[in-house]
Amino acid sequence: MLKMLRDRWLGGTRTLRFPNGPAEFPERFRGRPTLDRSRCGDDCRDCAARMPSTMLRLGPHGPALDLGAALFSPDEAAACPHGAIAYTRDHRMATGSRGGLVTPTGEVELARALEGRARRLFGRSLKLRSVVAGSCGGCEAELVALGNVVFDLARFGIQFVASPRHADGIIVTGTVNPNMRLALEKTYEAVPDPRLVIAVGACAIGGGPFADSPESAGGVPDGIPVDLWVPGCPPHPLTVLDGLLRLLGRIETGTRGPRARAGE
Amino acid sequence: MTVATGRALRNRRSIPWAAVPCRPIAAFRSGVIDAVGAGARLVSLFGLADGDRETRLVAVLADDARGELDATSARVEERYPALTPECPQAHVFEREVAEQCAVTPEGHPWLKPLRRHPPDHLPSGRSVPPVDREDYPFFRIDGDELHEVGVGPVHAGIIEPGHFRFHAHGERVLFLEIVLGYQHRGVERLLETLTPVRAMLVAESIAGDTVIGHAEAWCGALEALGRVHKSPRAQAVRAAALELERLAAHIGDLGAMAGDIAYAPAAATFGRLRGDCLNLLLTLSGNRYGRGLVRPGGVAFDVTAEMAAAMVDVLTRVAAEFARAADDCFSAESVQARYEGVGVVPSDVCRDLGLVGAAARACGFARDVRSDHPWGAFRYAHIPIATAAAGDVAARAVLRRLEVERSLEFLIEQIRALPRGVARADAGGPLAPEELAVALVEGWRGEIAHVVLTDERGAIRRAKIKDPSFHNWSALAAAMPGNTISDFPLCNKSFNLSYAGHDL
Ligand code: SF4
Repeated sequence: MLKMLRDRWLGGTRTLRFPNGPAEFPERFRGRPTLDRSRCGDDCRDCAARMPSTMLRLGPHGPALDLGAALFSPDEAAACPHGAIAYTRDHRMATGSRGGLVTPTGEVELARALEGRARRLFGRSLKLRSVVAGSCGGCEAELVALGNVVFDLARFGIQFVASPRHADGIIVTGTVNPNMRLALEKTYEAVPDPRLVIAVGACAIGGGPFADSPESAGGVPDGIPVDLWVPGCPPHPLTVLDGLLRLLGRIETGTRGPRARAGE
Repeated sequence: MTVATGRALRNRRSIPWAAVPCRPIAAFRSGVIDAVGAGARLVSLFGLADGDRETRLVAVLADDARGELDATSARVEERYPALTPECPQAHVFEREVAEQCAVTPEGHPWLKPLRRHPPDHLPSGRSVPPVDREDYPFFRIDGDELHEVGVGPVHAGIIEPGHFRFHAHGERVLFLEIVLGYQHRGVERLLETLTPVRAMLVAESIAGDTVIGHAEAWCGALEALGRVHKSPRAQAVRAAALELERLAAHIGDLGAMAGDIAYAPAAATFGRLRGDCLNLLLTLSGNRYGRGLVRPGGVAFDVTAEMAAAMVDVLTRVAAEFARAADDCFSAESVQARYEGVGVVPSDVCRDLGLVGAAARACGFARDVRSDHPWGAFRYAHIPIATAAAGDVAARAVLRRLEVERSLEFLIEQIRALPRGVARADAGGPLAPEELAVALVEGWRGEIAHVVLTDERGAIRRAKIKDPSFHNWSALAAAMPGNTISDFPLCNKSFNLSYAGHDL
């Protein structure tokens, strides 16, 4: 017992200073991707064909990145022989809309804080129910990690609860398959209004690596309106945390990413 | 066991498909049953469409003592006499064959859906009535004083979906039925149909906590078929990544188990040390689970000299902190009292069901792909294999602690003396046509098996994936009767099986 207390004392505080301190990542960390169109050749179609995901979108106005489809794999960047696609070490990329994840440069407008009643209700205490609907288990592992002493989600008043009746919203992971569709819908309906829906990971956003399977609905179905989209495969715990804190208005000034230039 | 194929099948060697004997079903059946009776293990048993009406059953057997594998097959139509009554190791495999290929193993003692999906490996000329995914024949026990407790698929915590149905008398569990399939994503079909670069990412997403293990098995099979040789350096980096994954998982689970019995100091420390191991994978590969690292031909990221030195420092610190926290935890009487005698898997059940990994070693079976069918760096550097006898939560916990210590030693040694060589050899060539390759890996849960068969053009005709959870979910069901419902979370954590890996 005494030994235990001594170790506890010597162990000190292990919780990250984030969001008040810096979030640091090693050099190879694959955070928010970027697209440098000035390096593009004439062969975007070939790049798209080589891609292991549908992250590179070819529109009438040129190529764009869909962060919601990105699998954050080195093979995606390698698909462009001109080096136009790269990963930054920026972990922030959660948005308030699905369309907000599509960007000509890689820059996105980060999620905005809830307003009015929702902010008053959830800003200081947010209880979430996790629904896993056809995942690989990776995204959940990172949600679990958010609860450890390093990330310590509870210090922000955010908690995962055992019943949808006790929850303010659901956090969905997985590609949404037929075997979980009903359970997802029922859980959503069991959460009292007003409620939030948070889609975490490439699977929940657009099907992820399983998007082409007949067992995938391509992510959270239209009937369940999503308030926060968190890209990643899986997202780093700080990417999820950053998104949640923005939604609750706990990270705001000075840290919002540059606006994606509209119309491009 | 006789090697029926003439050319020996071994871990990561491919053989011509024509060399796999196609025997009459009676001979196939007795061949497998006799081999397993003589001590072989059923590594895989699956079906593939063969022509427009027939299904080819393929069995892969392991002779662990000799480090050899064997493959045999038979052609069947819509039904065949089940192996399970005489070979219980086949029980889940035959449920899977029935579901994937719409073939009935007649006489299977408990044939029920495995993942609840329409057949996805049906011969082209056959059609079957639509599958009702909600129609599940639940087990029932009748009696005035008995009750059922159903849990899932949406759980109280952040847990993958599965349904557990306890039949209990008061708090005491008489029977536990586990219904899975909620994570089914159609992984095998994707691996069989997607382009190689996309299939690789699916292979990394079979089980999100076993990214390295499954990527290693997938690449192992493709490298055998593509005749790709990796440098010693690539092999060493891959082995190091696999052990990092094992460390993260074992340490994390020891923390989760401590959390379940409210022993907070160990839960906190182990949870943090798990993060240290994941962060080493992050430093190496850019992802906390090692996604993007293992690729055909080697590894996509090399270990730089500074990185190696920093990794050794972190691992040395982790080893010291782990030793202190584990000493505290395992010497606490309150911990021992909660772990001992709970969730016992009897050793005859372990043998009959063909359990794998730490769950089998905790029942006294020294089964480990790293020493039985060594590959890559494990052929040169041996990790001593530990076993325990009791088969309970305590045995599984102690064993994982030992494995953490041995993996740490191995890792520090490997990283200190990484051999030279290129990180990644060219692996862009075609796969050999009409060959069968088997790749086994000792993932942190136990034996991962990927069996890949190519067609006449060298495209993938069948990809059969087995996560160790496929065997070991039955162990959890077998461990519960006689325990109280409240012991379930602890018992469950001591195995920590993958839903995604099982459900594919
Ligand atoms: S997004 Fe990636 S990590 Fe998350 S569940 Fe899907 S495959 Fe797994």
